[in-house]
Amino acid sequence: MTRLLIANRGEIACRIIHAARKLGLRTVSVFSEADWELPHVALADQSVCLGPAAARESYLDAERLIAAAKETGCTLVHPGYGFLSENAAFARRCEEAGLTFVGPSADHIELMGDKQNARDAAIAAGVPVLPGSGRLGTDEGEIAEQGRQIGYPLLVKATAGGGGQGMQRVETAEKLLSTVTRTRDFAKRVFGDGSVYLERCLTGARHVEVQVFGLGPRGALHCFERDCSLQRRHQKVIEEAPAPDLPDELRARMTEASRNLATSLGYRGAGTVEYLFEPASGEFFFLEMNTRIQVEHPVTEAITGLDLVAAQLRLALDPDSDPLPSQQDISATGASIEARVYAENPEKRFLPSPGRIDALELPQVEGVTYHSGYVAGNEVTVHYDPMILKVVASGADREAARKRLLEALGGMVLTGVTNNARFLSDLLENEAFVRARFDTGTIAASKAG
Amino acid sequence: MSDITVESEIAGTVWKIEASPGDSLEEEGIIMILESMKMEIPVLAPEDGTLSEVLVSEGDTIREGQPLAKLSRGG
Repeated sequence: MTRLLIANRGEIACRIIHAARKLGLRTVSVFSEADWELPHVALADQSVCLGPAAARESYLDAERLIAAAKETGCTLVHPGYGFLSENAAFARRCEEAGLTFVGPSADHIELMGDKQNARDAAIAAGVPVLPGSGRLGTDEGEIAEQGRQIGYPLLVKATAGGGGQGMQRVETAEKLLSTVTRTRDFAKRVFGDGSVYLERCLTGARHVEVQVFGLGPRGALHCFERDCSLQRRHQKVIEEAPAPDLPDELRARMTEASRNLATSLGYRGAGTVEYLFEPASGEFFFLEMNTRIQVEHPVTEAITGLDLVAAQLRLALDPDSDPLPSQQDISATGASIEARVYAENPEKRFLPSPGRIDALELPQVEGVTYHSGYVAGNEVTVHYDPMILKVVASGADREAARKRLLEALGGMVLTGVTNNARFLSDLLENEAFVRARFDTGTIAASKAG
Repeated sequence: MSDITVESEIAGTVWKIEASPGDSLEEEGIIMILESMKMEIPVLAPEDGTLSEVLVSEGDTIREGQPLAKLSRGG
């Protein structure tokens, strides 16, 4: 029997175990000393303790994970999202150790991990990008000139950054050089690579992303788009599919561009091409490509009826298989919205708020699924991401999904840990959400006002 | 000159101490950066002042409300 090691924790580990079981795989989960009571430990056929709570001594310890896979007879490793999922060295180490990494090739992870190279790949595939500078040199006069050409406000971005990290906004030319220096220092310290570039800053833009699935040399498919504009601290809180009020012609161009990018690379497996979409001009621009399964993948599954995680596993088991239907047979119906419940305090700048979950009761609501990494009695510790669970509501249209999500959040009992459930409900009832008149700055603006 | 005690708003660990005793800080100047739940949380000077004492070390585990540093009022 084929065995799969899940190199992750919490809800995504549970999600992968369920998909693997459907395919008849044996599952091995891993855990740190802080996580032994979590559901993903008992849910798997077998579980291995990696070590202390600190992520670098457990979920980020590549050698320990590979040893765990070997000791338990696994041949496949699924990295989930976060942790080592976009770490090319880990993907390479898995292959060297004779393990199949469930994801794209290490070369593609590396390519997309460097924002400048990713931009170049997008340009080569005909995907629109924002005006940018290319990797900055050291000549101050030249940097100032590049800033002038792009125009203000602009963003200074670390090439090794991503997910909002290593990115600074510059309002005026006077602040450019000092911000470039600061971003370089930060990037060097955090990512070990101080390269930066400049890019035009759009205001009032929405975050729209396209789910792609590559079949290697056989081309790539798209599974439509998601809107993830509602973010705080560059982290998504509400995501939905399809993107509301997106003209069909634009949807067609965006999904085709994404498919072209994945096809041009010979990309393998699940990936997401992220864009900034400017409703005023009707234009969209490449942001980055994530080379893994996303947190918000369930909304795409809800409207397409596909199982993306099972498809990842099928392709890993047999690279010549057809893990998904052909493009013309992939269609979208209805609408789906996901809300992320975090252990954080919306009244205190969304600061994380660890603690023990005293009660967690999830009401049964038609069209609603819960994806939780925790049960009552579990501790949400300071060591990992503060997400407790995702609530996904689907319906015939956006309004039906929104109402169901509100019913689920309103009926949910979650005590012991300060959380954002109330904030999410308020957001869903906000006129800006109801009418889909929002952008990536909406939450920050509402908190500031 | 009175001292202000800067306390931690969260539980976590001290990731990086950015300022040293004797440094004069402007309001919102970074004293240190904490790490909690995969996030970097800067600890800022609540007002202009001189850093008189740092009460924690890099790598320390801290609890909510724990005193982190002392700041003398005024520049």
